[in-house]
Amino acid sequence: MTPALELRDVYKRFGRTEIIRGVNLEIEAGLRHAIIGPNGAGKSTLFNLITAKYPVTSGRIRLKGEDITRLHPFQINRRGLSRSFQVTNIFPRLSVFENLRCGVLWSLGYRYSCWHFVNGLRDVHERTEAVLEQIHLTVRRDVPAGVLSYAEQRALEVGIALAGSPDVVLLDEPTSGMSRSETEQAVALIRRVTAGKTLVIVEHDMGVVFDLADRIAVLVYGEIIANDTPEKIRSSAAVQEAYLGTAQH
Amino acid sequence: MFELVFFSLLNGLVFGMLLFMLSSGLTLIFGMMGVLNFAHAAFYMLGAYFAYTLTGYLGFWPALVIAPLLVGVVGALVERHGLRRVHRFGHVAELIFTFGLAVLIEEIVQAVWGRAAKSYEVPELLDFPLFRLFSTSFPAFKAFMLLVSVGIFVLLFLVLTRTRAGLIIQASLTHPSMVGMLGHNVPRVFMAVFGLGSALAGLAGVIAGPVLGTFPGMAQVLGSIVFVVVVIGGLGSLTGAFVASLLIGILQTFAVALNYTLTDLATALGIGLSAQSAFADLWTVTIAQIAPIMPYLLLILVLIVRPMGLFGTRET
Amino acid sequence: MSIVAAPAARRWGLCLAVVVVLVALPHLFGSPIAIAVMNKMGIAIIFALSYNMMLGQGGMLSFGHAVYFGLGGFIAMHALNRLAGGPWAPPVPLLPLVGGLAGLGFGALFGSFSTTRAGTVFAMISLGIVELVASSSLILKGFFGGEEGISGNRTKGLVLWGIRFASDVQVYYLIAFWTVVATGLMYAFSRTPVGRMANAVRDNPERAEFVGYSQRWVRFVSFCAAGFFAGIAGGLFAVNYEILTEEAVGLARSGNVLLMTYIGGIGYFGGPIIGAVIFTFLESMLSDYTPIWLLYLGILFLATVLFVPTGFAGVLMMHEPARRAGRLHRLALPYLAAAVVGLCAAVGIIGLLEMVHFWSAAAVGRTRMRLFWTMLDIKSVAPWLVFGVLAVGGALALRRVAPRAAAAWNEATYGREDAAR
Repeated sequence: MTPALELRDVYKRFGRTEIIRGVNLEIEAGLRHAIIGPNGAGKSTLFNLITAKYPVTSGRIRLKGEDITRLHPFQINRRGLSRSFQVTNIFPRLSVFENLRCGVLWSLGYRYSCWHFVNGLRDVHERTEAVLEQIHLTVRRDVPAGVLSYAEQRALEVGIALAGSPDVVLLDEPTSGMSRSETEQAVALIRRVTAGKTLVIVEHDMGVVFDLADRIAVLVYGEIIANDTPEKIRSSAAVQEAYLGTAQH
Repeated sequence: MFELVFFSLLNGLVFGMLLFMLSSGLTLIFGMMGVLNFAHAAFYMLGAYFAYTLTGYLGFWPALVIAPLLVGVVGALVERHGLRRVHRFGHVAELIFTFGLAVLIEEIVQAVWGRAAKSYEVPELLDFPLFRLFSTSFPAFKAFMLLVSVGIFVLLFLVLTRTRAGLIIQASLTHPSMVGMLGHNVPRVFMAVFGLGSALAGLAGVIAGPVLGTFPGMAQVLGSIVFVVVVIGGLGSLTGAFVASLLIGILQTFAVALNYTLTDLATALGIGLSAQSAFADLWTVTIAQIAPIMPYLLLILVLIVRPMGLFGTRET
Repeated sequence: MSIVAAPAARRWGLCLAVVVVLVALPHLFGSPIAIAVMNKMGIAIIFALSYNMMLGQGGMLSFGHAVYFGLGGFIAMHALNRLAGGPWAPPVPLLPLVGGLAGLGFGALFGSFSTTRAGTVFAMISLGIVELVASSSLILKGFFGGEEGISGNRTKGLVLWGIRFASDVQVYYLIAFWTVVATGLMYAFSRTPVGRMANAVRDNPERAEFVGYSQRWVRFVSFCAAGFFAGIAGGLFAVNYEILTEEAVGLARSGNVLLMTYIGGIGYFGGPIIGAVIFTFLESMLSDYTPIWLLYLGILFLATVLFVPTGFAGVLMMHEPARRAGRLHRLALPYLAAAVVGLCAAVGIIGLLEMVHFWSAAAVGRTRMRLFWTMLDIKSVAPWLVFGVLAVGGALALRRVAPRAAAAWNEATYGREDAAR
């Protein structure tokens, strides 16, 4: 079975500082995969490498078997990989509906068309309404995205990532800054909308991680020290040492 | 031939150092605040006009000191009451603001001083030929221009590298927010730097006015060239501005002096070119005629190939 | 906005009304000057709308948009001159299309490398291009015509249905036709996928990439489309004035379109229309009364940038909630007070500026000038004192009155209870 996402010997250096040192990771299709690790381990950098925000120093990244290491972000997105951002990254002056619609347009094949009128495109409209419904923002449909509350913006953030029906979804700390109840809602939303898809999620909230994930990878100082089911990770000595440290130092 | 080369080099040096005086202010302002001050050449024009008026009342030498100070004050006020307001709307808004400011200053100058060129003359003390070589003489005033420019360069270098204020400015050039965190009054530093940059532009106007002409279009003549210099040298790099200023200054001066055309080149190579063809314009154009275009060609080339310029470290 | 949400019937009704008004205008204002100004406005409207495709819709600040306007005009003029009387003779109504295609071509050419970057670098590249083209105009004399430019005769075009376009009124109807068509097309463009993504790329280029769109290609398409419509305006310019010089591709004209678009309001589709009308009107009318009219426009522009960045359209739309709530009448008195005070300050400032200009520009010995329909002696203290007091007093009073007007707007927009909170 081709893994949905595969990283082979990925290294990333910024100047002389090595942030990612030889990461080897296989993400199985259809599973929910979490990446955890202490602050500064390089989790967001890993996402940025996968989505080509930064170029890899060396190594290979494969999406559904295809090499995407040298592609542009938009090319990677068109091959079925989508991501959300840790710092909310929406289109502030467009309405909620229009934000989601932007996510839908390419996936439905409209490309750089200047001869279709978006308001008359039935399939675009239906798909956007569907996503709007899924993230429970139908009542805020015409509100400019910039004035939404924080939690609503996070929901929109996830919504945009999912609007284009990607096969692989990367969520970067989707519940950061949320209260307990907001987090629960967010987890339920994520579980609902990513059913059947491959999910890779970076999270600090261990409750969310152990609730959602089928597999957990632990990233410490740019290296994967463990990649296994939640039970094995919970009881792993290496993981405990990385997070809590041992008595002798 | 040697005469041509020698004087072109000398004149190119004078022009280049003048460009540096203008571009150093622009570089400081851009490096620190991230705004490309479209009105910088307008401050240059203000300096010339202020000096022209002040010379009428006080003579050249007091005007040399007072006019740049006045321009600096204007610059500081513009930063405090105009630029600071627009800052939070982003770089595009700042560019639009400085563009509008340039238009406004040019119109105010026309309204107050009129549209005709002003006879801003070289002061008598310096109105003599410094030396003659073959048949060409080199005016003393140009030597004075060179002296002032080099003096400013040395002063700037010393202030930036040896004084505490200079260190703060250097730090703010690359890490403005960090400098603010360290307790320095960054808005006040910005205002001071904007004023300083404007004063430098004004000083350039004071000494260039008699030579390059004092007329309402003088800002446009130099404005675009200064941008070319700053971009080619590297946005935010003073060394780059220095190198690029001399490069462009000497290149322009040499090009203007040369009258060779592509036809001459073709003839030298033994190729015959028809004078009647549709492209006749291109074959018969002299290097002197292309001279005004060259900086812009270079600008576009650099922006495409290496947007951070020769020495720069950032694009925006 | 409200136009988009309106049912189709209302939208078509608006279009019909516009067409009726445009047809009627030359009959209402029939003097040659009025026709000339209206022609100028039509061209400016198309030009400004095309510019806003890049600035307001796409977030791209260009200092060189006149290049596509001017080159479109030059190509249209050359087409008219060289093809007239032959088998390919262009009918005058199609000349703007020729200009548009030229604008599209040059847009694609220059856009191919301009759009790789955004923001300040893009602006600088556009500056380089406009200076390059303007400087080339003195070298490529065959194309640009050197100092005298290129002139032509629009009556030499292919005559269709007996219309020779000899009179300005006929040109007016041609311009009005193209204004409606171009505006409609540009509006339609903003409703297409690429038009919507242009807004997205403006707001957040990184995110736009992560929904599958190359920001560079979106910008490129906007750039080419803007060049096309600018070329149409240039073609109309060629037909209207029958002469094109290097100022048509220069930095000054590029600056003017930036001014008028921004004053009108870049955040709204209709903003540039308002700006073009106001700018053209002031440019045409004011220049008869005062030689420093561009100074006033510059002040207006800078005031817009500093205090009203949403432009005229923005100010109008700001009052939409109050209008819908029926509370617009509450603004009458506070706004009137502010307007009166503002007018005093404006009269004072204008008076001072005019007198200063007269002082520097007038021949030696002339001290009497005509201002505000009275004769003044600038050597005496009285007029200076009067205008000075008006200016300073008006400004100070405005500082008092303006907050009250703002509070009234708050109240009218949000209602008494909400405003008090």
